[in-house]
Amino acid sequence: MQTQLKLNASAELEAIVARVRENIIRMSRHGGCFLGASMSCADLLTYLYGRVLRIDPRRVQDRDRDYLLLSKGHASAALYAVLAEFGFLSDGRLDNHLRLHDSLYWHPNSSIRGVEFHSGSLGHLLSVGIGIALDIKLRRGPSRVFVILGDGELNEGSVWEATLVASAKGLDNLIAIVDRNGFQANARTEDLIPLEPLAGKFESFGWACEEIDGHSFDEMDRVLGVLPVAHGKPNAIVARTVRGKGLPSMENREDRWFVASSEEEAASMIEELYGGKVEEPGRAERKLKLEL
Amino acid sequence: MTYEEKIIEIAAANQRVVVMTAENRSAIRRVPAALGDRFIDVGIAEQTLVGAAAGLALRGRIPIAHGIAAFLTMRAFEFIRSDAGIAGLPVKFVGWQPGLLSEANGPTHQAIEDVALMRAIPGMEIFCPADNAELANAMTAIVDRPDPCYIRFNSSEPVVSHSAGQEYGRAELISGGSDVSIMVYGFLLREAIKAVAILKGCGVSVRLVNMRTLNPLDEDAVVACAEITRLVVTIEDHLLTGGLYTGVVETLQRRRTFCELRPIAIAGRWFKPALLEDAINYEGFSGEHLASKIMRYLEQMPGRMRAVQ
Repeated sequence: MQTQLKLNASAELEAIVARVRENIIRMSRHGGCFLGASMSCADLLTYLYGRVLRIDPRRVQDRDRDYLLLSKGHASAALYAVLAEFGFLSDGRLDNHLRLHDSLYWHPNSSIRGVEFHSGSLGHLLSVGIGIALDIKLRRGPSRVFVILGDGELNEGSVWEATLVASAKGLDNLIAIVDRNGFQANARTEDLIPLEPLAGKFESFGWACEEIDGHSFDEMDRVLGVLPVAHGKPNAIVARTVRGKGLPSMENREDRWFVASSEEEAASMIEELYGGKVEEPGRAERKLKLEL
Repeated sequence: MTYEEKIIEIAAANQRVVVMTAENRSAIRRVPAALGDRFIDVGIAEQTLVGAAAGLALRGRIPIAHGIAAFLTMRAFEFIRSDAGIAGLPVKFVGWQPGLLSEANGPTHQAIEDVALMRAIPGMEIFCPADNAELANAMTAIVDRPDPCYIRFNSSEPVVSHSAGQEYGRAELISGGSDVSIMVYGFLLREAIKAVAILKGCGVSVRLVNMRTLNPLDEDAVVACAEITRLVVTIEDHLLTGGLYTGVVETLQRRRTFCELRPIAIAGRWFKPALLEDAINYEGFSGEHLASKIMRYLEQMPGRMRAVQ
């Protein structure tokens, strides 16, 4: 069994997630990144790696590890930033974002330590997660499979095909978390292809479903801290989030899915992130040494 | 041994093997009872079938995933390409009723571009057995190979004894000959054999090659045909584009070997839906049709033309 990274103090998580957001902003320079979609799931990913996932960066191939699959692969900047915080990526690796000599491109791939499977094409990883979860069941293993879905991604029919199949197979080791930021690439979901009532959809497909505030660690404790939500059924968590969370000037804007910023714009965003109080502008320092 | 018996035998010996299907059970009716929870039916959901197969393969399994060829290779194409293909996972895709074998189902069910699509995925192997014996014999090697593979399922009765110990990726020489070479794959081998007999009766010496795998394509076998006979004919129940003919053209060009090359394929349309024998006849793939086409190609050869003049 994996040792779990236990970060019990919310202050520690808050400090980490601030650096995650800062690094997402940094990755919006020199080519850009899907900033809005990354900011919305920064808290969720930080919480999962900090308190939930049984995975050790030194033993990423351990058969009994938990799996996290980022099906909304365009939020790669959030994943890279979180993997860097939790010891999967070396210091300074994020500076290689989009650099030819590295492989930190706009969608994740499994050559990056800690990335289980590539994504980018929406509607794939719930199916892949089903396969992983089926094998865990066959082997009676302890692992759980967490799949992070975008809400826009739920337009894809393959998601609902997989939702039916996961239910038919009773995969209670499969946890789908919807980053419900209310936007797809260019439009509000409810203006284009309405999803509500979303929790009811999962429930009617045979899943156990909980809704949480996807920016509240207390709410995550309430649900993600006591998984599974129900035995014998796959679990869905609809996490209400805000596109661009952390940057009031970016939040809930249809035109802030992908952001390419200049050095000055990034510096200004980092200042905004910290409420205008940046003690030492420049590189984010790793102030917290995690005991891994 | 049938295909079904073979995969049950393989799965019994190798716990890594799981047998999957998108509710396409015709070839594997006894597998659920034999394999228990290592048999996984996802229902009519080809995309989930392929994605889940990739997930199982990530965990070390070797999934043999069954689906109707047209829906497996086309509806789920991007899943095959992106989940199994990009990751290079050892998922074995078994396409039911490819080519003319969809008979009277109609164009929706016609997988006559499946080989072209699978050839376009880097690292995807393609196996096109001539009959149930060749299919069953090759499964052990296919399961042992580390690459994804597309199998053009065909359980027809053999009309020829295949050479034993055939190496995977090597074509099978059925008969030697000096006037014309025929390259064929799948169940049409039986029609090609009929054509060879007819041509032999007309004094034509035919080299007949059962290609077996289209990726890898046995390039030496292709080049040998072009070097030994002046006329080479490819036969396939597949669109002209992207199948054996295309592969042969690419090979001959790359190897700087030139010959008179004529394809017999389905050219730019869907075939007339009909029971198999009727479809074979209507589309000009019967032994008699093949022989008369080849006689005409021989008569049209440049050297022959001069001799006639």
